[in-house]
Amino acid sequence: MKFIQNILDKTRPAVTTGKLKPLYPLHNALETMMFVPDHTAHSGAHVRDSIDLKRTMVTVIFALVPAMIFGMWNTGYWHFTALGVESTLMENFLYGVQILLPMIIVTYAAGLGVEILFSYLRKHPVNEGFLVSGMLIPLIMPADIPLWMVAISTIFAVLIGKEVFGGTGMNILNPALTARAFAFFAYPSWMSGDQVWISGLKSGEGVVDGFSGATALGQYAAGSEAPAIGGQALDAYHAFIGQIPGSIGETSTLAILIGAIMLIASGIGSWKIMLSGVAGALTMGLIFNLVADYAISTDQQVYMALPFWQHLVYGGFAFGIVLMATDPVSAAQTEKGKWIYGFLTGIFCIMIRVFNPAFPEGVMLAILFMNVMAPLIDHYVIQANVKKRQKRAQLATANS
Amino acid sequence: MSKLIKIRKGYDIKLVGTAELKFGETPRVSHYALIPDDFSGVIPKLEAREGDKVQAGDVIFHSKVDSRIKFCSPVSGEIAEVVRGEKRKIMAIRIIAESETTYRDLGKANPSDLSREQVIEKVLSSGIWPTIQMRPYGRIASPDDKPRAIFISGMDTAPLAPDLNFALQGLENEFQTGIDALAKLTEGKVYLSLENGVSACPAFANAKGVEVNHFEGPHPAGNVGTQIHHLAPINKGEVVWTMKPQDVVMLGRLFSEGRYNASKVVALTGSEVEAPQYYHMVAGASIEGLVSSGIKGSNNRFISGNVLTGRNTGAKGYLGYYDTQLTVIPEGDQTEFLGWVLPGFGKFSLSKTFLTWMNPNKKFVLDTNMHGEERAFVVTGQYEKVFPFDIYPQQLIKAVMVRDIELMENLGIYEVTDEDFALCEVICTSKLPLQETVREGLDYMYKEMN
Repeated sequence: MKFIQNILDKTRPAVTTGKLKPLYPLHNALETMMFVPDHTAHSGAHVRDSIDLKRTMVTVIFALVPAMIFGMWNTGYWHFTALGVESTLMENFLYGVQILLPMIIVTYAAGLGVEILFSYLRKHPVNEGFLVSGMLIPLIMPADIPLWMVAISTIFAVLIGKEVFGGTGMNILNPALTARAFAFFAYPSWMSGDQVWISGLKSGEGVVDGFSGATALGQYAAGSEAPAIGGQALDAYHAFIGQIPGSIGETSTLAILIGAIMLIASGIGSWKIMLSGVAGALTMGLIFNLVADYAISTDQQVYMALPFWQHLVYGGFAFGIVLMATDPVSAAQTEKGKWIYGFLTGIFCIMIRVFNPAFPEGVMLAILFMNVMAPLIDHYVIQANVKKRQKRAQLATANS
Repeated sequence: MSKLIKIRKGYDIKLVGTAELKFGETPRVSHYALIPDDFSGVIPKLEAREGDKVQAGDVIFHSKVDSRIKFCSPVSGEIAEVVRGEKRKIMAIRIIAESETTYRDLGKANPSDLSREQVIEKVLSSGIWPTIQMRPYGRIASPDDKPRAIFISGMDTAPLAPDLNFALQGLENEFQTGIDALAKLTEGKVYLSLENGVSACPAFANAKGVEVNHFEGPHPAGNVGTQIHHLAPINKGEVVWTMKPQDVVMLGRLFSEGRYNASKVVALTGSEVEAPQYYHMVAGASIEGLVSSGIKGSNNRFISGNVLTGRNTGAKGYLGYYDTQLTVIPEGDQTEFLGWVLPGFGKFSLSKTFLTWMNPNKKFVLDTNMHGEERAFVVTGQYEKVFPFDIYPQQLIKAVMVRDIELMENLGIYEVTDEDFALCEVICTSKLPLQETVREGLDYMYKEMN
């Protein structure tokens, strides 16, 4: 440890007084990452909780690990399936590592670059928020998206999604979803359709003839009653395990469930948002089941008749509700508001998914929409509290 | 009508170093000091000069804003020094005490025989007035206000807090006299809140002329602010006064002994004290003699008060005017390698991100390390867990930060003071200075509204 401290001590003059001043936030970030600082309480309480933002963020990253590991395997699995090649578990996994690792590196480099620049301009230390965003962004991208698109999306998300609002803690939209939305609208051919969800399909090299890579939800939206790829059923069981095509980290409901348990047990993720989100999705799914007979087209009828609980395991719903909707900054901030926010997110997610043929997947838009609505929800929750207080004051004046 | 109120939100920080229920022999203290910073919102105007001889109860300074509010010497002796800081701000008035305290005679009286004005007059002239605090704003009460009620908390739930039932043993008469005096000051009730399930000392149990209510639950159940909120919350335009039990005793002595006797029972606590126990001390006493021996380690923080709201006095500091507790804990000025990512067995945290939660009864030796740097607001819903008010704490803090008067008012700033946010500050992930922020907000509101 001493030698790390020595390196940090030796390089400090260069970034505080020397020529490398713009790198001070980077130096500071590295230093506080290696060593919890020796700062002591100067005002207020003399003892402090051991938790800080780094601890909070790293807990979320730990919760992402199961989905990440499964996503790596799944990426390889579908790649080799599309090529019609037999592959081992390890080969699948290593192929996924080879896809995902560069994406993670590019995301962190691009995002932290912008963060450090703004830290220097605004003269504040680097906030840890991007540690999580930087891990989320690769997990919600299709496997074959070019790295430069990932970089541009990340830069856009940090710049427009976060820094223009004042940085960490001030943003309205979830930065990771902002990156995905940017990629979705800027490069639609890389982000939607039947070709993008399986690595190697878009280039088409060596792919088995007639192999289609449409996701389960895509197939439902197209009116298929039993989606399958290359003879392998994309049923609810496979969706729960995660053996379906999709964005890298979103497919396995099981892996995400493990993450959800970690988040709830540690108290970092809001169980209220997760629970009410699931309740909202089930409610909407149930409503669709009940009125499926009145659908305007047969394609839609199939989608509406999809057993309501299956919405939970398909697509990005689980990933979105557990890891995106619970972002404390862009979600509702009052405890009552969280119930409403989560529930409506669930409702809109399934509604967009089923009703809008352009978006067989509705989670991203539902969460972004509710991010925008969250301050409004909070406003009314807080107004109720204000009214209560005013009423009490009026009563007191009337009685005196 | 006595109520039992259960507080669910809150947290007891379990620390090592509770004072044993016995008295130690207080070493002779020759140095005393009045510290103007103890009094929120007071700018001192000196009435005595360096070298003056004073008796206990002689006025040292008064408040520039209201010259009726006087601050008196707790002992007799000579004013040794007026310590000044930047811009000649008065930091402390040091007094060297005589071996035997002589008191200025303030005249005995039975509060029941006096009018409200006479009681106020007497208390103002004695140096005891500043122990009466007002809400809103959490500062010294204004003698012009007519408080709706007066609240006394007979329980202290702060970490390592002194046991008030022990401290008030044998002080029944003084306490009752103090209550009688307070009853003159308000047309409303005098409330006394006691801890449920604990047998109250005779002073509390036999108190007459008060409405007794019982509270139970974790800190801040014992904070008077919590109790007011649950018994009769403060509305805009209302004023209530609060007083601590030992100060009520002091008030009682003013009438029964006719003098300003600032002696009180003080608990010396904290993990670094070898034998934590109680002492008889006078407000403003130097703690140097008390802590010159019997302290473990060499790098410690000496706090007048508790770890949540106390003042860092240093080893040569003084017991604060309002304090009945001294706490000694280790300083935490060391770095920790990768502390934020390791499992953290045994680390203190309310969050379950450290594995300490598996051992809920553990008593901690906590140091003063911040465990991280200040950050923007990110996490939500954490303050609510330890904040037993029907108030949105995070939104109120934000309103204070942007100095939005109407919003602060609407969100309930009149009901709180800085100490109510102490636990929120302890657990804040973003390490924000909440107590300081709330204090600034209250002072700002006071300036705008008066």
